[in-house]
Amino acid sequence: MDDVREDIVIRVRGLVTRFGHQTVHDGLDLDVRRGEVMGVVGGSGTGKSVLLRAIVGLKRPDAGEIDVLGRNLWRQSEAEARELERRWGVLFQDGALFSSLTVMQNIEVPLREHCPMPAPLMDEIAACKIALVGLPEESGDKFPAQLSGGMRKRAGLARALALDPEILFLDEPTAGLDPIAATDFDRLIGDLKGSLGLTVFLVTHDLDTLYAICDRIAVLVGGRIRVGTLAQHLQDPDPWFQAYFHGPRARAALPPGIPLTPSSPPLADRPG
Amino acid sequence: MAPLASIFAVEERGAIVLRAEGSWLVAAAEQIDSRLRALRLPEGKQVRFDLAGVDRLDTAGAWLVLRTEQALTARGNEVAVTGVRASFAPLIAQLRAHGAVSPRPHPIPPHHTFIGFLARLGEVTALVLHRGYTMLGFGGLVFATIARLPLRPGRLRLTAAVVQMEQTGLDAMPIVGLLSFLIGVVMAYQGADQLRRFGAEIYTVNLLGIAVLRELGVLLAAIIIAGRSGSAFTAQIGTMQINQEIDALHTLGLDPIEVLVLPRLFGLVVTLPLLVFYADAMGLLGGCLMTWGILGINVPTFLDQLRGAITQGTLWIGVIKAPFFAAIIAMVGCHEGFNVTGSADSVGRLTTQSVVESIFLVIVADAAFSILFSLLHV
Repeated sequence: MDDVREDIVIRVRGLVTRFGHQTVHDGLDLDVRRGEVMGVVGGSGTGKSVLLRAIVGLKRPDAGEIDVLGRNLWRQSEAEARELERRWGVLFQDGALFSSLTVMQNIEVPLREHCPMPAPLMDEIAACKIALVGLPEESGDKFPAQLSGGMRKRAGLARALALDPEILFLDEPTAGLDPIAATDFDRLIGDLKGSLGLTVFLVTHDLDTLYAICDRIAVLVGGRIRVGTLAQHLQDPDPWFQAYFHGPRARAALPPGIPLTPSSPPLADRPG
Repeated sequence: MAPLASIFAVEERGAIVLRAEGSWLVAAAEQIDSRLRALRLPEGKQVRFDLAGVDRLDTAGAWLVLRTEQALTARGNEVAVTGVRASFAPLIAQLRAHGAVSPRPHPIPPHHTFIGFLARLGEVTALVLHRGYTMLGFGGLVFATIARLPLRPGRLRLTAAVVQMEQTGLDAMPIVGLLSFLIGVVMAYQGADQLRRFGAEIYTVNLLGIAVLRELGVLLAAIIIAGRSGSAFTAQIGTMQINQEIDALHTLGLDPIEVLVLPRLFGLVVTLPLLVFYADAMGLLGGCLMTWGILGINVPTFLDQLRGAITQGTLWIGVIKAPFFAAIIAMVGCHEGFNVTGSADSVGRLTTQSVVESIFLVIVADAAFSILFSLLHV
């Protein structure tokens, strides 16, 4: 969608984040390529959400560089920052919809702010996004408190997509959804990625999501990150990887056709 | 600033060709929209919508394409969308599948009609009455819990009550003291200014003594505490309500009234009278310094005059009201906290409401006390 054909849209180098004396990220490197779905996993407290917050500029890193779409977050002017912000969309855990506005008005907030346009057109575009994320038409006039958790997430997604961003950040998009809603949501993300050409940065605990839509998986362990395809992670002898990717839940979620045992040889040279 | 996008209509061999070019992005949506609206749409013709010149397309652009297509079809044209790049095809297909709808007109908010206004009026009245009813119920519940207390005195959580006393009493001393002092100063200044005209400036002291001890000290302290602690009660209990902590208490066999309300109630009932006494002292101190400064009434003269103006009863009339005001503030604060439902939004709303309500009730109660005292001739 962009003229600049840079391959890496998010580049993190040597990221260090601390809370008091506790170091969460200790020299973390990460590249996210254009058009891929990058899943970020890790145990509780390993700083998955903090990483997301650092990349979108909500948490200033204690050391290290973060470039998004070729721009350094902390070395750009106000105008450049605004320009960058309209090129990404963020879906927070519970949607983070503005509770005093209707769903429609929520979606119109970024439109109003970044692309002033007549109200009827804005309503049309907002209605379009509402339909696109699979919400019923009449939910546009509802307030967030009147929606179920799953609908709030969809509405949050519609707001994140309001400006047709290049990168979509999702923080635990399927947490708290029932299995059917979660599967639908995975499918929705997959569809949108295909039609809008999105790059997706996805923090999740949901193994089904991980297997269903992620191209590569970044695993946060001990303040560092290890990136690879699912097949590569399945091979990893590290006990945490074994427990995570070979636990009973992982087995249940694993798509058919991928052998489970880490020792099975053909996987080693399977391309990512 | 906005990327260039355009649309032309040309006629080719009897068919009409709409040729779209440039970047059909949300940033250019306004521009494209106004051009599309300016086009005079044909009727009953063959129309080809040619997108070959479109190099970038997003949802907004795709919507505008589909909207135009729909409008053309509705006028009996035969429409074909052509020249769609392979990379745009999935977006258009997906939008066509579930996105291509015109927004419904916003419903007129019901309170914008006369009937709606009446309905709203009725609703609000019913709401106020209902709130009074539930408040009464809550009061009854709390008193029933207190009445059971002598049977099992161990149920009163003393530690929690002492913590509340510290937070609502001790921590409020700087602000209550400072404000009472300043009110004393202001009263003395205004009183002296008026009374000097009659050569009765010495009666400034009487004015101060009566006003501060009977009304100002207790009202000021109660209003500050309503704003400071009543709101805190609502916010604390409301947040617990949202976190389902109240439900957790129930399931653990604990009575939220006992655990949350009684310590706050007892803490405030004990500390507010003490705060009132302190506010009275600070108010008189402020008045004393001010009369000294502008009228030259020195401290011994001030005290002499004060002794003549007030009795112990004057002090007690003020202080006696404090426990009642404290009970009102604590009950309203806790009750509104329990009323919190759903979102964090309601914590804020009910906190505001709790402060307004408790100040309102405190002043109403003060008026009732005035009537009572005048009937009793005190």
